[in-house]
Amino acid sequence: MTANSALENQATEWVGSLDDVKNLVTERALTGETMLLNMGPHHPSTHGVLRLLLELDGEEIITCLPDIGFLHTGIEKTIESKSYEKGVTCTDRMDYLAPMSNNAAFCMAVEKLVGLDVPERAQVMRVICLELTRIQSHLVWLGTHAIDLGAMSVFLYCFREREKILDLFEMISGQRMMGSYIRPGGVWRDFPKEFVPTVEAFLDDFPRRIDDYELLLTTNPLWLDRTQGIGVIEPDVALAWGFSGPSLRGSGVNWDIRKAMPYLGYENYQFDVPLGEHGDVYDRYLCRIHEMRECVKIIRQTLKRLPEAKGGFRSDNRKFTPPPRSELGHSMEAVIHHFKLWTEGFNAPDQEVYVAIESPRGEIGCYLHGTGGNKPRRVHFKTPSFMHIQGIPLMSENHMIADLVAIIGSVDIVLGDCDR
Amino acid sequence: MQIKPAIDPIEAVSAALPGALHSVVQYAGETTLVVEVAHLLKVVSYVRDTAGLIYNYLSDISAVDYYEPTGGIGNRPARFAVNYHIYSMLYNRRLRLKVYVDEGDDGSKPVVPSIVKVWPAGNWLEREASDMMGIVFEGNPDQRRLLMPDDWQGHPHRRDYPLGYETVQFSFNVEEIMKHKPFAKD
Repeated sequence: MTANSALENQATEWVGSLDDVKNLVTERALTGETMLLNMGPHHPSTHGVLRLLLELDGEEIITCLPDIGFLHTGIEKTIESKSYEKGVTCTDRMDYLAPMSNNAAFCMAVEKLVGLDVPERAQVMRVICLELTRIQSHLVWLGTHAIDLGAMSVFLYCFREREKILDLFEMISGQRMMGSYIRPGGVWRDFPKEFVPTVEAFLDDFPRRIDDYELLLTTNPLWLDRTQGIGVIEPDVALAWGFSGPSLRGSGVNWDIRKAMPYLGYENYQFDVPLGEHGDVYDRYLCRIHEMRECVKIIRQTLKRLPEAKGGFRSDNRKFTPPPRSELGHSMEAVIHHFKLWTEGFNAPDQEVYVAIESPRGEIGCYLHGTGGNKPRRVHFKTPSFMHIQGIPLMSENHMIADLVAIIGSVDIVLGDCDR
Repeated sequence: MQIKPAIDPIEAVSAALPGALHSVVQYAGETTLVVEVAHLLKVVSYVRDTAGLIYNYLSDISAVDYYEPTGGIGNRPARFAVNYHIYSMLYNRRLRLKVYVDEGDDGSKPVVPSIVKVWPAGNWLEREASDMMGIVFEGNPDQRRLLMPDDWQGHPHRRDYPLGYETVQFSFNVEEIMKHKPFAKD
């Protein structure tokens, strides 16, 4: 069979996809009164490869059917074939705008499963990384959200600041994005000497930059027109549909896991949780902008705590964490531990844990089930983007197509996070 | 408004719905209620709506396959399990509900009732579990695959599904590989 004839065969055998979506669109679509239109998967404002099947009456959206899975890479399945420490590298690749949050969720699940303690200093270092991640993720969100709605310069400014954070990540992990810096038991290695002064310089500079973005957007009449009253979601609906993070807080629900169930010593830091009021695109925008300012506050406090925090940057429990290379030369024990950990890894009990932390996008949960051996039986990530894409149809009905772009941007989705 | 103090979910469920609890597992500060499939819908409505429990937020649904590569399913009651991770915003605590289900004797897919009427957020989470693990959620309004292509064969997250890789093509195995790629031939 030639390639051409195969295509012809397919064309004649194809029975049309309308039957597949029969119960999901209104009757009017079947009569041709309304139009079915594909938005994506290749569309600049879908933030990755999201396909939306839209039923349109003119420019008005009647139904919106998100179709995901284009970026499904089987990361959960891949982790099942790796030892716990190696699994960390896979988690970076899920939410590629907040890799440290994924690392932290996975590592904390592993630590809970095997009962491994993390020294105080490592916890403080993790908080610094997580909050820097939050800032850089919000910067990408702000830049792309603004460019979706036509504000080009904000995009360039945001990426300028984001570069500085990526440079910081490169400084500590050798990699700009996929650093795998957070490991079970702590972090990979100590901060280099120049890291803390560079962070301080960034923090001194950054609040002024946020003022700049706000100057361009917050009271800009064009921006207000495009965002206020668009994509409203009521607090109880948002909760029922599993929203979390700034997308939930934009509706006025005060739920931040850092406050509600503090982890990594977040209870020691003073910060506010910004809340919205109306649950529209604009309030979600304000929430994230204010969150960036809170991040700066948190990082300042962590830098103060860092010198006096006890312990090293990683747990000393050699059954789980490799010994420093300097010990390998003179300690047989260290060589044995090193060999065991890098060939086989450590074992975890045949039990299950669920750990949820507050990623920039919302609740990222890691469900981890051990086998008693050195590889997990099942890893499952509850990812915020997944739940938010599920909620896009609720917010977009009876809006214009142009508003859909604002709505997609406002829930801050990353398709790698959604499809995993 | 007077808020009723939190009550213990284990005692509450076993007192209100006798026979619904299969067992209880406590590990690392987490509580798992293993629920009989037949009682699942009653239990989820109960834990969401009872004063003192109010588990109003569904965090995650994750399905597990207990198939062992060496054969058997260990000491588990059935091959598959579905976990519901729920959270009570009022009392700030989490709970895991777990149901064990097995394939039918004729090899038909395991069936679990859908909880979308209680927590709408479960819609896609159930679709994902049914796509990846081959569990049928009876009553879910949308039974299409979610992540994998519509014509995909098998359920990738089952433990007997190979991780998969593409064989490197050499002249000695090209014919064998081409058998699986009918459209690549011209």
